Amino acid sequence: MAKLEEVGIRPIAISVDSPEESRDLAQKAGYTFPILSDPKADAIRRYDLLHAGAGIEGQDVARPAEFLVDSSGVVRWVNLTENYWVRARPEQVLEVARTLP
Amino acid sequence: MKIPKLNWPLWAGFLLSLIAFLSYFFVFVWFPVTRDFPWANLLLFAGAAPLLLFGLRRAFRPDRPKPMRSKIAGAVLTTLSVAIFGSFVFVVFIMARQLPASAGHPQVGQKAPDFTLADTNGKPVSLAGLLASRDEKARTPKGVLLIFYRGYW
Repeated sequence: MAKLEEVGIRPIAISVDSPEESRDLAQKAGYTFPILSDPKADAIRRYDLLHAGAGIEGQDVARPAEFLVDSSGVVRWVNLTENYWVRARPEQVLEVARTLP
Repeated sequence: MKIPKLNWPLWAGFLLSLIAFLSYFFVFVWFPVTRDFPWANLLLFAGAAPLLLFGLRRAFRPDRPKPMRSKIAGAVLTTLSVAIFGSFVFVVFIMARQLPASAGHPQVGQKAPDFTLADTNGKPVSLAGLLASRDEKARTPKGVLLIFYRGYW
């Protein structure tokens, strides 16, 4: 993640968790990048990533996905995992980041 | 020959199955190498299998001090271990794939929809604002990586 910031890519995490829950996660895991709260899943819906009723208590959550957006706001890379234990590695993003202007 | 009371291979096999299951969620999930494919956990299960087989055979030996109790323990612990392995396969390989398709997500080359959401301090942050933000050297970012995740509920 630090490498991403070095090449000028800002990572942003988004989930339905409240700001307090996200703060706990950031502290526990030592994350320094911004974590945004989307409790009503507005942005998650806009990105068509809603996984309805998949939370532990049947809440709507986000389906895991990663998007690399360039400085003009255009999507340059998308990763939609088919198994939520399998996530994109920073190296994959770095490779694409190098091709950005 | 005196047989020790505790059927240790049986219990060791059962405990190892339990560890093989739990260690994924508490330990191995934090490292991409052991998370993306749970080979460490499958190895632990592979280690538990011969212990259980050995322990089960031992449990059914006629010269056990309490043959009935020994057989019941053997059958119960082996069944539980198999159930633990089955749950692991279900949770990691089957349940985790039950993800909705996303036909409408922004595609490569399309504009990423803007949004404004609260950060951990409750301060509103927008995608447009992030792209225009400047770091300590007054540079705007080359890009923003959006990571949508399920959250910890």
